[in-house]
Amino acid sequence: MIHQYKSNDYNIVMDVNSGSVHIVDDIVYDMIPLVEPLMNEGIKDPEIIKAAVLNLANIPYPDEVIIEAVEEVLALEKAGQLFSPDIYENAVFDFKNRETVVKALCLHIAHDCNLACKYCFAEEGEYHGRRCHMSYEVGKKALDFLVAHSGNRINLEVDFFGGEPLMNYQVVKDLVAYGRSLEAAHHKKFRFTLTTNGVLLNSDMLEFINTEMSNVVLSLDGRKEVHDRMRPFRGGQGSYEMVVPKFIETAESRNQENYYIRGTFTHHNLDFAEDVLHLNDLGFQQISVEPVVASDKESYAIKEMDLPGIKREYDRLALEMIRRHKEGKGFNFFHFMIDLSGGPCVAKRLSGCGSGTEYLAVTPWGDLYPCHQFVGDEEFLMGNVEEGIIRDDIRNQFKCCNVYAKDKCKKCFARFYCSGGCAANAFHFKGNMNDVYDIGCELQRKRVECAIMIKAALAEEEVFDSRADRQSII
Amino acid sequence: MKHIKTLSTRDLKESVKKGGCGECQTSCQSACKTSCTVGNQSCEKLK
Repeated sequence: MIHQYKSNDYNIVMDVNSGSVHIVDDIVYDMIPLVEPLMNEGIKDPEIIKAAVLNLANIPYPDEVIIEAVEEVLALEKAGQLFSPDIYENAVFDFKNRETVVKALCLHIAHDCNLACKYCFAEEGEYHGRRCHMSYEVGKKALDFLVAHSGNRINLEVDFFGGEPLMNYQVVKDLVAYGRSLEAAHHKKFRFTLTTNGVLLNSDMLEFINTEMSNVVLSLDGRKEVHDRMRPFRGGQGSYEMVVPKFIETAESRNQENYYIRGTFTHHNLDFAEDVLHLNDLGFQQISVEPVVASDKESYAIKEMDLPGIKREYDRLALEMIRRHKEGKGFNFFHFMIDLSGGPCVAKRLSGCGSGTEYLAVTPWGDLYPCHQFVGDEEFLMGNVEEGIIRDDIRNQFKCCNVYAKDKCKKCFARFYCSGGCAANAFHFKGNMNDVYDIGCELQRKRVECAIMIKAALAEEEVFDSRADRQSII
Repeated sequence: MKHIKTLSTRDLKESVKKGGCGECQTSCQSACKTSCTVGNQSCEKLK
């Protein structure tokens, strides 16, 4: 499968099945759609392909240039970097039967919150239920469960989440200490992270976070009016003025690494590039601003009619990011991060986020759910930290969820970057995990295109790695 | 090559043979929490 598109004066060709990405001139860009159907029919004879391309009247270039370009295309095909076949779908049978272990938990340290964010999927921290803080005993059992069910995995992740986890800070500290005490004996390494709205953050907590947390996620939506509209205190006052200085201090204390400013954009701020740039102007260099996921009934939900404008906004943001990077003032925008040469293997790209299998959420009273987005949906209650997983059928359902189980994903060029999207979104919007949340898909595809374009723009004169080039040299 | 520049990318086909260790960070697709999605990740073994 080939996906090609134009962005910022680059002609980009993605060979989906090999993961290869090519920047091509207009000749090759015009030619690829003519060659692809021939390749799909198994026609690879260079003379036939050259003749077919030359015969088509709508490529206005000299014959010798066309032939030269065809030869380059065919060299890449031979090197497995263009028109490569999908060899993964047949491997999915084994994939579905794979052994899985639990390697990550999302601990809901508090079903409680000191803000009243309007888009909160957890209903202001309560997750359709009662306010509750996780006890140390339940947390210990959760960590014991994780260690016991993690097989040979060395790296284990524990996310302190909520609600607002700093409302139960002592338990966070105690659980980190407990986790550390398990590491040597069990040959494990915990990677702790914490998400916070910053309201309770103080210098002692910051010192602890900087000592123990591999990553910290700081919730801040962008411009003051944008943030305060959606993230007020219960009395309606905005929280921007309180949290911004604390977050700036946090980011600086971590040398601008290993944290994210995490914002959410909604229908009310479709010009969200302004919020991203505002966050950078405040001094943040690790920024993630992501679309709200909400029912259509909410005024702030992203609507289908918003999509063209949002896509233009991603384009605008990408160009500005390149400009700032070239001026030495670059920053990282999470959804434009892409590691083309060192990205995940296919096994990971097929398994996706690991919800319901490798990754589970734990409620304050110790119930296990596939992820934080399913907490409170009783039909997805999988078990508890005392008895472990009771509902193997739910685990199997998630285990079998992959891009080849989803018709729309099978045909999508972004499938190995997206891995099928969010199962929770698919279920909540479409009633079926093997369907997709279409708005999410549209935005994901756009982001992948922007991310790759940025790579092309910043690669410029760097060395390119064409196996075909090396083979021709050999 | 004169008409094509190829960015350096991991060969997904090769990763079928060498991948699957499972040590990489768990990734939240909707990224509401630790902001890590599969496409934005790096392989732990290749770091």
